[in-house]
Amino acid sequence: MESSSSAAAAVAAEREPTVSQKEQWALESQVFHIYQLLYNIPPNSQAAMLELQRDSHMEYLVKGLLHLGPSFSVLDANRPWICYWIFHSIALLGESVDIALENNTIDFLSRCQDQHGGYGGGPGQMPHLATTYAAVNTLITIGGQNSLASINRAKIYSFLRRMKHTSGGFSMHEGGEVDVRACYTAISVASVLNILDEELVQGVGNYIVSCQTYEGGIAGEPGSEAHGGYTFCGLATMIIINEVNRLNLASLTDWLVFRQGVEGGFQGRTNKLVDGCYSFWQGGAAALIQRLHAAAAGSASSEVSDDEDSSDREEGQPSDDESSILIRRHTETEPLFQSQALQQYILLCSQVEGGFRDKPGKNRDHYHTCYCLSGLSVAQYSRSKDADSAPLPGSLLGPYSNLVEPVNPLYNIVLDQYDEARDFFSKAPAL
Amino acid sequence: MFRIRSKVKYKKTNKRRDSPPSAEIEMDSDEDVSTVLPLSQRPEWSDITPVPQNDGPNPVVPIAYSEQFAETMSYFRAVYLADERSVRTLLLTAEAIHLNAGNYTVWQFRRVIIEALNADLHDEFDLVEQLASKNSKNYQLWHHRRWVAEKLGTEAVSRELEFTKKIFLNDAKHYHAWSHRQWVLLNLGGWEDELAYCNELLEVDIFNNSAWNQRYFVITRHPKLGGIEATLDSEVDYTIKAILTKPENESSWRYLRGLYKNNMQSFVTNPKIPTLCLDVLTSKVYPVFALSLLLDLISNGFEPNQDLKNAVEAVVPESNSQGLDIAATICTVLEIIDRMRVNYWGWRKNNLRSQVAEGVANLSIH
Repeated sequence: MESSSSAAAAVAAEREPTVSQKEQWALESQVFHIYQLLYNIPPNSQAAMLELQRDSHMEYLVKGLLHLGPSFSVLDANRPWICYWIFHSIALLGESVDIALENNTIDFLSRCQDQHGGYGGGPGQMPHLATTYAAVNTLITIGGQNSLASINRAKIYSFLRRMKHTSGGFSMHEGGEVDVRACYTAISVASVLNILDEELVQGVGNYIVSCQTYEGGIAGEPGSEAHGGYTFCGLATMIIINEVNRLNLASLTDWLVFRQGVEGGFQGRTNKLVDGCYSFWQGGAAALIQRLHAAAAGSASSEVSDDEDSSDREEGQPSDDESSILIRRHTETEPLFQSQALQQYILLCSQVEGGFRDKPGKNRDHYHTCYCLSGLSVAQYSRSKDADSAPLPGSLLGPYSNLVEPVNPLYNIVLDQYDEARDFFSKAPAL
Repeated sequence: MFRIRSKVKYKKTNKRRDSPPSAEIEMDSDEDVSTVLPLSQRPEWSDITPVPQNDGPNPVVPIAYSEQFAETMSYFRAVYLADERSVRTLLLTAEAIHLNAGNYTVWQFRRVIIEALNADLHDEFDLVEQLASKNSKNYQLWHHRRWVAEKLGTEAVSRELEFTKKIFLNDAKHYHAWSHRQWVLLNLGGWEDELAYCNELLEVDIFNNSAWNQRYFVITRHPKLGGIEATLDSEVDYTIKAILTKPENESSWRYLRGLYKNNMQSFVTNPKIPTLCLDVLTSKVYPVFALSLLLDLISNGFEPNQDLKNAVEAVVPESNSQGLDIAATICTVLEIIDRMRVNYWGWRKNNLRSQVAEGVANLSIH
């Protein structure tokens, strides 16, 4: 860089670093130190350093299902979430737990199911949209007749209707907050259970469009700051309800790709630190955008699938068929993010002995374990011909044993489990 | 954590009420401890039969609750099921919330009781502030605070603005606190000093994207500033200055672009924007955002002069961009210097024609 160049550079050099800069630089030096270790060892040791520690992760996950210490009392209203984080992680690893533990989970979640519909954070708690999403996704991940049939679709539908808010969005629970999370969890659950209808969809698109910010990402509420979690929720919702083209996808994409930091991981917001959990929230959103691009390219070259006639469908009409085709029909396009860099961050900076964390210096937890593994899956399969075919050579970082299962990124459910549920609920009686 | 043996009074951390407000956020939970009787030993609760949690014979994700936690929640379940709205249940909800501020059922029942008793809403501020001093990243706490503020109306304004300000001293990007502050401004008012407050925060940390977002909120929603149209010129000047100070600051570039979100015509016709790009490119500090903005300008119909083209080509003199038009050259340069987004810039390059077509179409609409 020229030192004499401009007044701007001179002014920039004068000032003390700000809080944002200091935090960013401290993290960068920590992360680059870790990467230095990798680059300075021979290639065969590199593979060992990059290995996904399957056994220790399984040990950590199964232990959580069986016992949680007193400090988990602050998550006492999130127990279906803990189930989902653990079961989804196990499914991503391609593993399972014994039948008894699965049956215990089905039994426990049925105790969280409210008599008027929906699941609460624990037995006897009010039904809540987020824990309903977590419980339904857990039961789908467990799979099988008993598990899927334990979900009372009709009552969930009436719960969802009761949560519908005048803004077009949803309240998290009776008297609860209204935000983009609530829209996503409600619409995701309704879609996967095959109970999505006009009444539930009405106004959701308007609400989400009103949450897209000047930056391009989506905020939790109108006016708030663009944020990775809400961007995933908003984008996935808009795809499910078939209104995604109402978003400004160019600005959303531009914002999204800039969220991948020099560390390889994703940050949740502009000028914030990277965090392993955004590997999925941002990486999953990027995977959805990639599929939209592929679909657009497909239809532009008139390769639209011939078995689905969607031309006479009106905007706003729910059509999980279309979103399902979108997920299936992959992508010979390149991912919009650096897949290898993301995998490196997840494996070297988030992975610990049993579980994953936000960043170096933080503690592991089940939430980060779930979303780091989900992000790892999205990154590994970001270059593959079909949704469930093996990644193209060179897409996987580390040894081949690192390969995890593919997910349906709209719902963040492992693909095989999603397919089983879709089949099961498509045969379920209309409400 | 502490263990409670039977017949031993359990301990409860108590917040000091006399500490100065500014210290509240810093306070940790290991302050003075006092003892409270277990509920089963309090005479006023003797008529209630606690309801244990129905976890079933083989629960999964079982939590090893402390005795105090398990007992408090069992009494809570009993009164919640009986729908008892009384002073004692109001007090009980506070005890339960202190044990787990994430229990939305308890919070919701507390609101039901408050309404039934017509209880003093001002007590809720203390509760929320005590909890926020321990952990303020919790949806329930902020939802409750909003509910209280909504009930109190305009009298809550200054208190809420101060409360969020105090949070920002510790974490200037606190998502819940910003949402709360915006809700207060929109619904109860208090806009007077908000732009000055944004200036203040950006003065301290120009990389604070939450402050930039708040600035956008003020510019677009302030009832008396006249919206973006009235403030566009001064905002553009302010932002250009901020960009020239730190060209690597994405927040200011996004803000500048955002000012023109619905006004493509002025975006491509304001000479200050390409001048800014030229200044940054020739200063050679951090060209990515300047190139990206220039690409946006061109995609929307702007035609760069020779100086700009030369500046673009000078960023990576060795790049072989001969024969490419300027937009494609920008993409190529970005592919080289912004490796993390190499696929994105490649995709932009492949879609240039449709982007320009769309951009020009947009122009004719506005």
